[in-house]
Amino acid sequence: MSSLAHITRIGLRKDLRLEWRSKDALNAMIFFGGLIVVIFSFAFEPTQEEARQITGGLIWVAFLFAAVVAMNQTWARELRNQVLDAYCVSPAQPNALFLSKALGNFVFVIILEAVMAPLFVIFYNLRVLGPAWQLVVVALLGTWALVVNGTFFAALSLRTRSRELMLPLILFPICLPAVIAMVEATTNILTGDGSATSWPGVLAAYDLLFTTICLLLFEAVLKTE
Amino acid sequence: MPEPQLQSRNTKLFTVFAAFTFVLMSYGMYEALIGAPTERTMGAAQRIFYIHVPSAWVAGMCFGLNFLASLVFLFRRNQPLARRADALAVSAAEVGVVCCTVMLITGPIWARKAWGVWWAWDLRLTTALLLWLIYLAYLMLRRFSSSGNAPLLSAVLAVFAFADVPFVWFAIRFRDYRGNHPKPVFGNGPNQGLHPAILKAFLINLAAFTAFGILLLIVRYTLERARQAMADRRLATALGESSGRAAVAGRELQEVR
Repeated sequence: MSSLAHITRIGLRKDLRLEWRSKDALNAMIFFGGLIVVIFSFAFEPTQEEARQITGGLIWVAFLFAAVVAMNQTWARELRNQVLDAYCVSPAQPNALFLSKALGNFVFVIILEAVMAPLFVIFYNLRVLGPAWQLVVVALLGTWALVVNGTFFAALSLRTRSRELMLPLILFPICLPAVIAMVEATTNILTGDGSATSWPGVLAAYDLLFTTICLLLFEAVLKTE
Repeated sequence: MPEPQLQSRNTKLFTVFAAFTFVLMSYGMYEALIGAPTERTMGAAQRIFYIHVPSAWVAGMCFGLNFLASLVFLFRRNQPLARRADALAVSAAEVGVVCCTVMLITGPIWARKAWGVWWAWDLRLTTALLLWLIYLAYLMLRRFSSSGNAPLLSAVLAVFAFADVPFVWFAIRFRDYRGNHPKPVFGNGPNQGLHPAILKAFLINLAAFTAFGILLLIVRYTLERARQAMADRRLATALGESSGRAAVAGRELQEVR
C-alpha cells in the first residue's frame, strides 16, 4: 500500500508543478467561471433575498461547467509522447495514476471555488444566514463528488472518438444526485434554514460509493485501446 | 453441419412467438380501448395506464438485464461468453430506451388530464427521466467509441448507472417533493385493489408488452450477433490478406537477396 501512496504522491506533485509553471487549466477555468458568474447575474438580476434562494444552484452549476473545462484537459498532457502507454506497461498501479489525477483536479477545483465564491458574494450581495463554516464541508464533499467521477469519465472519454464532447454527456446525468445534494445543502445554509442536515451525509455516501467504483474499474478503462 | 437445421427450427419458433405476440398485443389493445370499463373519476384518460405501466415494467426489466449482462461482460471479459453478454447488453439498452420513451410520453399526456400539468418533479418521474438520460448517454457512448472498446466502456457506464439510481431516489425523496405520482394500486390495502375487469385488461397488456419486449430483444440480439460475426469475418479476411501479402513480400525480398 505504501507504494500506492508513494506513486500517488509523485504523480500529484508532478501535476501540481506542471500546472504551477504553465497555469493553463487554472487560468482557463477561472476565467470561464468568472464569465458564467457575469452571465448569470445578467440573466437573473436577483434581489438580495432572491439571490440567497438561487445562489446555491447557480454556484454549483458554475463550478460544474468550469470544472469540466479543467477535467477535459486532465489526460491531454499524458497523450503527448505516449506517456499514457508508457504508464500502462510500467508496473505502477493504475489506481495510483487515477488518484493522483483526481487529487490534482480536486486541488484545482478547490482553488477555483476559493476564487469564485467571493465573486458571488460581491455580485449578488450575499449575506449568509446559516453557519458559514458548513459551506466548507459541503464544498469539499461536493467537489470530490464532481472530481472523482469527472476524472474517471475524462479517462473514459479519451477512448472514444469525440473526446471532449463525451465528458459532459456522461458526467452530468451520473452527477445529478450529487448536484441535488450540493445545491440543497448550500441553499439550506445560505437561507439559514437548517432543517435538512442529512445532505452532507448523502454527499459523503455518494463520494464513498463512487470512489470505490472508480478505483475498481479504472484499470480496465486504462488498459483498453 | 447441424447449424442450418437448428437455424430453421429457431426461425420457426421465432415465427410462432411473433404471431403469439401479435395476437396478444391486439387483444390487449382491444381490452385497453374498448373492453375494459371506463374509470369512474378519471374517465377515458385512465386507459393510458394500460400502456404506461407495462412499458415502464419492460423498461425496468431491460435496464436490469443490461446491468446483469454488463456485469457478466466485466467478469468474463476474455471469454466467448463476453461477446454474447455484450450483445445482450446493447439490445437491452436500446429496447429499454424505447420503452422508457413510451413511458415518458404517455405519462405527461395522462398527467395533463389528471393533474392539470404536463410534468412534476416527482420521485418516480425524476428517477425515470434520469434513467432515460443515462441510457441515452450509454447509447451515445457506444456510437462514439470504436467497436473494439465500446463493449467495455459501456459496461463500465452501466455499473455507474446502476449505482446512481438509489441516490436519485433518495435525493428526490429527501427533497420533500409533493409526490403526485399514484402509488401502486395492487394489493389489498386501503385505497388499493382494482376492478376485476380493469385488472384483467391490465394483466393481458402486461403479458403482451413483456412478450413484445422479449421479441424486440431477440431481434436486436440476433442482429448484434450477426454484426459481430461479420466484423470477425472482415477482420479474419484482412489479417489473411495482410499475412499473404507479407509472405509475398518476404519471398520477393529473398529473391532480391
